[in-house]
Amino acid sequence: MIARLLSGDLPRSHALTVVLVIVLVSLAGAPFLFPGSQSLNVAAKICVFIVLAASYDLLLGYTGIVSFAHTMFYGIGGYGIAIAMHGIGANWGAMGVGIALALLVSLILAVVIGLFSLRVRAIFFAMITLAVASAFAVLASQLRDITGGEDGRSYSVPAMFRPSFRLFEQPVLGVSITGRILTYYIVFTSSLLLFLAALRIVNSPFGRVLQAIRENEFRAEALGYRVVVYRTVASVLSAGMATLAGVLMALWLRYTGPDTTLSFAIMIDILLMVVIGGMGTLYGAVLGATIFILAQNYLQVVMGKLSAATSGIPLLPQLLHPDRWLLWLGILFVLSVYFFPTGIVGRLRSGRLKA
Amino acid sequence: MDAPALETRDLTIRFGGHVAVDRVSCSFRAGTLTAIVGPNGAGKTTYFNLISGQLKASAGTVLLKGEDVTALPVSARTHRGMGRAFQLTNLFPNLTVAENVRLAVQSRAGVGLDLMRLWSDRTALIEKAEAMLGRVRLADRRQATVASLSHGDQRKLEVALMLALEPDIFMFDEPTAGMSVDEVPTILELIQEIKSRAQATILLVEHKMDVVRSLADRIIVLHNGQLVADGPPAEVIASPVVQEAYLGVAAA
Repeated sequence: MIARLLSGDLPRSHALTVVLVIVLVSLAGAPFLFPGSQSLNVAAKICVFIVLAASYDLLLGYTGIVSFAHTMFYGIGGYGIAIAMHGIGANWGAMGVGIALALLVSLILAVVIGLFSLRVRAIFFAMITLAVASAFAVLASQLRDITGGEDGRSYSVPAMFRPSFRLFEQPVLGVSITGRILTYYIVFTSSLLLFLAALRIVNSPFGRVLQAIRENEFRAEALGYRVVVYRTVASVLSAGMATLAGVLMALWLRYTGPDTTLSFAIMIDILLMVVIGGMGTLYGAVLGATIFILAQNYLQVVMGKLSAATSGIPLLPQLLHPDRWLLWLGILFVLSVYFFPTGIVGRLRSGRLKA
Repeated sequence: MDAPALETRDLTIRFGGHVAVDRVSCSFRAGTLTAIVGPNGAGKTTYFNLISGQLKASAGTVLLKGEDVTALPVSARTHRGMGRAFQLTNLFPNLTVAENVRLAVQSRAGVGLDLMRLWSDRTALIEKAEAMLGRVRLADRRQATVASLSHGDQRKLEVALMLALEPDIFMFDEPTAGMSVDEVPTILELIQEIKSRAQATILLVEHKMDVVRSLADRIIVLHNGQLVADGPPAEVIASPVVQEAYLGVAAA
């Protein structure tokens, strides 16, 4: 049953299974296990970035396509919701229209980029996606009347998603079920479903062809697979998933702006999540996204405590000062890429083989 | 009268000023094994690349069962029955042996764009792939990655991928090159077995003259990109043009 749900793609490592179960249980029970708006915010971000990193891994890890336009599709999802909610109003119809239009725009852009540029060599494709994504980011900040420009758009969401909404009159397990928690569970459930769908795709005959293309494009074509078609379909699927991740984030934040959706910094974050977790294993996206978002949010706190604890020792308190958190994040990444070139998942799986 | 299984008409390719394949016209009938011989650099592999579509012809046409396929991409020619085993082993190195064969089987079955059904549910295709592994005697290596296989086993897998496509045209490009002596018979038996099927059209590039003599119904000789001899094995091997072009003996 579980194997079926995971499309037969089991973690294949005890340690990995344990970690994945911890992540799943923590996210599923987040509102009850870690009450408070900040921790719920972190949990929602982890859910969305798992989808975003998994969809990017579909391109990078499975098909061997390097694209820098992934945040563009993520942004299209966010702006779809923003523009519809702001322009039409905070109702379900507007939400549906926003999602449908965002998916349509992403689909068209992914097909056009795919057919025009997936024929060329990988490095040129990467550059084209970079150019298109930059152009889109400029466009989003220039079209102030539609997108809100650099300030972005804040908007209301349907009443059910608002913090003042109460699902039950009585608190459940000591937590009152607000619209916030309801939104969280929509984000969590959608993310879980999208992740399982991605797992299914990579374990379908289609997924095997993608891996074949990554391994040896020339031979895949000789076996009768039209490589450009498969790459384009993979790009479209990945773009669609990124768009839906953008939709979920927009519903959660009730705000869409260039810095939270289209910035190149997010693109780099996604890339690191996939590489650190392990390319070509969707579970890697789960670990990568979880570790990254946790580090981003809690490293400063941990460092502040360490800095205070080491206050008597020379130099250490300065090194551990919360302002140095980016330095330590950087060091952690360099070390993890150096010691786990196949990512955390690759490391855990090969550890099992040696045992 | 029915069209030949495969035909090339004035097939030519130029790389800058160099004419690698020069107006080669030749037809291949179903049920025959044609050996293509010639010295290194004669254009044999280039001729194969033109037929299967890896290279685009500068001039001339390729006809598959009477249909002009010159403008078609490689994948489309494969679906029309062209199968090829490559000279330099050309596989999916980080996938397992079984996965490599399954990719060929599923291409033949046309289920590549199936997104939502699991691979593991395709039992008929998996069985087919397993049977193929048995035929090339790689069944016990099914879970090994290709990168870990010996050269000889990689050559066998290369042939297995072509067989799994169930083509009408079988193109072998030096299938025994670099194989150890005891591995060669497996490949030769396979070719023999394909040959025994009435409709198989086999093209074989091979340097070993004993292999050519024992298998070929016909030999064509390429030299400097041109077709210089064509006929039954004994006749072609004895002809002066072959003695000069292929065996390097100066014509007296």
